[in-house]
Amino acid sequence: MRYAYFPGCSLHSTAKEYDLSTKAVAGTLGIELIEIPEWICCGATPAHITMHLLSLALPVKNLLLAKKMDSYEVATCCAACFNRLKVANHFMENDSVHRDKVNEIIGEQYSGEVKVRHFLDILINVFWLKNLSERIIKRLDNLKVACYYGCLLTRPGEVTQFDDVEEPHLMDDLMKILGVEPVDWPYKTECCGASFSLTKTDIVLKLSGDILQMAYDEGAQAIVVACPLCQSNLDLRQAMINKKFKKNFDMPILYFTQLVGLALGIDPLKLGLNKHIVNPLKLIKSVGVL
Amino acid sequence: MKWFISHDTLRSLFQETLEKDCGEKVSHCYQCGKCSAGCPISFQMDYLPNQIMRMVQLGMEDQVLSSRTIWLCASCLTCTVRCPREIDIAEIMDYLRRRAYKKQVIPLEETEIPLFNKIFLRNIELFGRLYEMGLIGMFNLLSGEFFKDFSCAPKMFLKRKIGIFPHRAKNIREIRDIFKRSGKLAHSKKDRLLHPKLLFLNLFRKFIGKIEKLK
Ligand code: SF4
Ligand code: SF4
Repeated sequence: MRYAYFPGCSLHSTAKEYDLSTKAVAGTLGIELIEIPEWICCGATPAHITMHLLSLALPVKNLLLAKKMDSYEVATCCAACFNRLKVANHFMENDSVHRDKVNEIIGEQYSGEVKVRHFLDILINVFWLKNLSERIIKRLDNLKVACYYGCLLTRPGEVTQFDDVEEPHLMDDLMKILGVEPVDWPYKTECCGASFSLTKTDIVLKLSGDILQMAYDEGAQAIVVACPLCQSNLDLRQAMINKKFKKNFDMPILYFTQLVGLALGIDPLKLGLNKHIVNPLKLIKSVGVL
Repeated sequence: MKWFISHDTLRSLFQETLEKDCGEKVSHCYQCGKCSAGCPISFQMDYLPNQIMRMVQLGMEDQVLSSRTIWLCASCLTCTVRCPREIDIAEIMDYLRRRAYKKQVIPLEETEIPLFNKIFLRNIELFGRLYEMGLIGMFNLLSGEFFKDFSCAPKMFLKRKIGIFPHRAKNIREIRDIFKRSGKLAHSKKDRLLHPKLLFLNLFRKFIGKIEKLK
């Protein structure tokens, strides 16, 4: 299994632990991730709000870089990048007007031939859960988590073709294999305020606070995410949420790759578990993994 | 007196332009309200998403483009996946924001978000990848919130989560070309990326706000 790996800006800065744990897990399982050389930002939300063509051209540029590596499949971990790459591909495949314009901007021909997959999808639908379960060294029993998918991973369904849009279950399935118990909660695809982290911090605090509260009420000991924006809003802003709403949440926000890594017996430091603002090591010790 | 919205009132020029430009059929909206029911930001909006759809149908372009709603929409796509009429409401919000940029309509209340978007894009144009320090510094400076999120910075540095220096892209020329040509094809001039009028208004409002607080 060989993929052109598109980390995206967050995984190189605020979400380093996601990058570390993904590479560690992929390495252990023998999934080859080769970083696209000179990849550029996908443009994220500001691009599609401001200039439509640019929001297609930036992801297409990256897909073309992947194609030049002779790789027709791209793996990515950031839910927002995944969404932008998928949307761009959708346009390039199905919309000839936009395809022509974008090809003119890039100066190359592209029509959606490079496929994009999220790492979660690769683990479950390419590597297969059954194969994964055979590789597990330490089962993470006694851990109860809320799987939080966020808004961009599954939507829009016809573009991402990933999981159910209202009631996704891939991450829950993965957790069950590891021995972790996922709680049944209603906020799986609620929005955390994502791109407003800097501009409308109040909105983010309210939305993220609601998510933490709901997870807590359902008995989760941690929240598991697949998106760096969700993670930083819930983790970095947790202290501010506590202060503003007079709560005392102490809820670790983990990436699914980190839990997979622990179950595969990878050293917690190699999974970046020391990089969180809300320290998860206490919880991990208490369930007897360390 | 009851006023019935007839089929004629619902055929505005604004609606026609929008349908032609972005391909979404606003005219199909039958005001079920499902989009607003699920919208996570509706509690902060001045008009709910379904009201925006109705306003487009009625041709209320000025009110729509200067509303807070279009800037507060977080592009979470909840409305889009739920609309029973298969209208991509999030895409319409995108379209409306782009139209507002193009027409230089500056919202009176929500100035931070348009400003942030432009600083973000400028950042990508300069470095190829996001340079967080530059983004935060620039945003704080231009929005007049100099010390915002100062308390988070030390934690981020300690955990080595945020770099001091930007990444140097080797293919920066190509990236800038993409920006230039996208702008040309979309007929949006690059110098509009950071409009002085917007900056001035922003700082002015912050200043007034601070003075009022002092009082
Ligand atoms: S969900 Fe669709 S049909 Fe219903 S009000 Fe919103 S836009 Fe109109
Ligand atoms: S995409 Fe915008 S309008 Fe639609 S539900 Fe999300 S925030 Fe609300």
